[in-house]
Amino acid sequence: MELSNVDTILENRGAEPFDIIEVLQDLQGLHGYLPEELLCRVSESFAVPLIEVFRLASFYRAFSLKPRGRHLVTVCLGTACHVRGAPRMLDEVVAQLDVEPGETTEDRAFTLETVNCLGACALGPIVVIDGEYHGDMSPGKLRALLGAVRDGDQAVVASV
Amino acid sequence: MSRLVEVSDLASCREGLTRERSAWPIRVTLSGGTCGEASGSTGVLKALTTQLHKDGLAEKVHVRVTGCQGFCQEEPLLIVEPLDVLYCNVKSEDVSEIVRESLVNGRVVERLCFVDGASGRTVQRPADLPFFAKQDRELIGHNQSIDPCDIGDYIANGGYSALAHVLTSMSPEAVIEEIRASGLRGRGGGGYPTARKWEQCREASGQERYVICNADEGDPGAYMDRGLLEGNPHSILEGMMIGAYAIGSNQGYVYVRNEYPLAVAHTREAIEQAWDLGLLGERILGTDFSFDVKVARGAGAFVCGESTALMASLEGQVGEPRSKDIHTVERGYLDRPTALNNVETWANVPRIISNGSAWFAGKGTDQSKGTKIFALTGHVKNTGLVEVEMGTTLREIIFDIGGGPQNGKQIKAVQTGGPSGGCLPAALFALPVDYEALSAAGSMMGSGGMVVMDDSACMVDVARYFLKFLKDESCGKCVPCRVGTDRMLEILADFAEGRGTMEQLDTLKDLAWAVGAGSLCALGKTAPNPVLSTLRYFHDEYEAHIRDRRCPAGVCRALARYVIDPDLCADCGQCVEACPHGAILEADVYQIDQTLCEQCGLCAETCVVGAISRV
Repeated sequence: MELSNVDTILENRGAEPFDIIEVLQDLQGLHGYLPEELLCRVSESFAVPLIEVFRLASFYRAFSLKPRGRHLVTVCLGTACHVRGAPRMLDEVVAQLDVEPGETTEDRAFTLETVNCLGACALGPIVVIDGEYHGDMSPGKLRALLGAVRDGDQAVVASV
Repeated sequence: MSRLVEVSDLASCREGLTRERSAWPIRVTLSGGTCGEASGSTGVLKALTTQLHKDGLAEKVHVRVTGCQGFCQEEPLLIVEPLDVLYCNVKSEDVSEIVRESLVNGRVVERLCFVDGASGRTVQRPADLPFFAKQDRELIGHNQSIDPCDIGDYIANGGYSALAHVLTSMSPEAVIEEIRASGLRGRGGGGYPTARKWEQCREASGQERYVICNADEGDPGAYMDRGLLEGNPHSILEGMMIGAYAIGSNQGYVYVRNEYPLAVAHTREAIEQAWDLGLLGERILGTDFSFDVKVARGAGAFVCGESTALMASLEGQVGEPRSKDIHTVERGYLDRPTALNNVETWANVPRIISNGSAWFAGKGTDQSKGTKIFALTGHVKNTGLVEVEMGTTLREIIFDIGGGPQNGKQIKAVQTGGPSGGCLPAALFALPVDYEALSAAGSMMGSGGMVVMDDSACMVDVARYFLKFLKDESCGKCVPCRVGTDRMLEILADFAEGRGTMEQLDTLKDLAWAVGAGSLCALGKTAPNPVLSTLRYFHDEYEAHIRDRRCPAGVCRALARYVIDPDLCADCGQCVEACPHGAILEADVYQIDQTLCEQCGLCAETCVVGAISRV
């Protein structure tokens, strides 16, 4: 973890009460999850008891207390996606990766998440992989997509 | 642009901006909201910029990237002016042809124009698009002429003139009266009269007051606020400034969902540009009014769309609702008077001031005035953001604008109002969009989600979906909501999995009453709505699940299966190859072994003759 980045995020915060949530967002964005060490830093920096910081980090869905995989797969479960078959997309990812939503594969390659709506309902069902939106999904397309990401990941891992 | 230090500076600034814009000989507008980006607008923009440089046209052609224009399924949209032609589903590969034909030779590339499914006719002009023709795009229509990251576009289009008018020639009381006369009601779902809220906030005792824009648009299947905030953030800022002047506030907050990164970025950019021009800060336009706005990002909690929970979150707490015995207009954010309105409500304010309350009140029904934006999605031909005059019927929205069902299926219901709303059957499609009319029918206006469902949707499954959503999102403070939704969900699971009994229907209704009666906030109070409305209008589907152990739509997994129709089957064997579970048996005819089938649907997707279906 780049400590200087953490310092930059913590710098000049605290003017507004919601800055503590903003800081947690930025740290989550930087690090992919919120390790205990960072929660302690936030607690010190804002002079807020650690248990309060933990309370925030565990209440809000945007935060993860566990490390995430190298690739993040997010299945949108909004209403429009749901009626167009989102549950089957989720089944497909669960079957392919052998993890439940919120979990990470053992090889740390993938984390599976669900989201309640991305507000891009015309394109449903939508699956987002590493920030890229894939609309009009089907189990077959999803299987091919995940396969391609996995191949790419293995090539990268092998080359390291 | 130089800083605007007095009111007259705004007019001269606008003049300059308008002159500059009228000198652009050729204009290309590319929609690059979230839907646009997801459909490849970034690649199109890159290709366009490269091509224009290559052809030496970069100086001559002005390219404007806008937010969402509403016709989301045809994104990215590209408009060429003065040719006045609209291209749909534009890809990077199409760019060189567009540049050569339309920008250089002034000709239309017909193959990229929208083809109206009903008439088979090619539509060239944006205004002729049937999807737009029947709308009244008072708010969302401006997205087309505004680059959200360029305050110049907003000002050139008349932006901030309402603010200037209010600051120079209206008293705060007169502003509130004007809003009252317009009949504007909250667009977030509740429909509370905006002027009454402002007046109560103004009259509440206290030194500091706040205005808040609620952009925590959590309803699944709804994205009107995203469309406005991404596409025209200054209209919301201007509305907030007028509201702040009316109630006597100097500080505002925009609370945006974390899942809308583009809306967050555009709002932040808009605030920065407004500061640079002196439209935010001390003594705005040389008057005594000072104002600042800050952006706070939500962190993925649906309940934070509720006003008291949102304020708790703004205070750096967990987003739990508070009792509303004391109104937030008196003691809201930091226990101080606070006026919180939805994005669309704020966006309406500058237009009411500019056009007059009579203009606004002239639109709509007796009790519901103006226009309303809906996110029309689901099983309908044309999906996107639809803005109509209040009082327009559901049928007009779904069939005339939405184009009716896809693939010749039958539309059976529309879900309005998000998780707090309800499902209305096709028989009620003559209902107008009107706060009272929709509530009386067991649904609600809500923020504007409108999910259309055809006969492939199962209403028990839909009820189960919403209840699961609400159970997950319940903050847990009130026991009836926390535990009650869980118990209701167990009963729905019994129905969906073929274990239900008719007696459980009564228990379900009892629980629904208890959850609604025993919860503090609107999440719990309205949580039973999806169950109650489906029970009311689609009782037969519940009975089919309970009595016949059958899901008529073939959705509920435990009651559904895939079958191969031997009469349609072409004996190609591709499904056997596609099935990862070895569940398709090759005998005289192909058959699916139900004990092995995992219901992934790959076989049905692979079948070229459509012989495999879910029943």
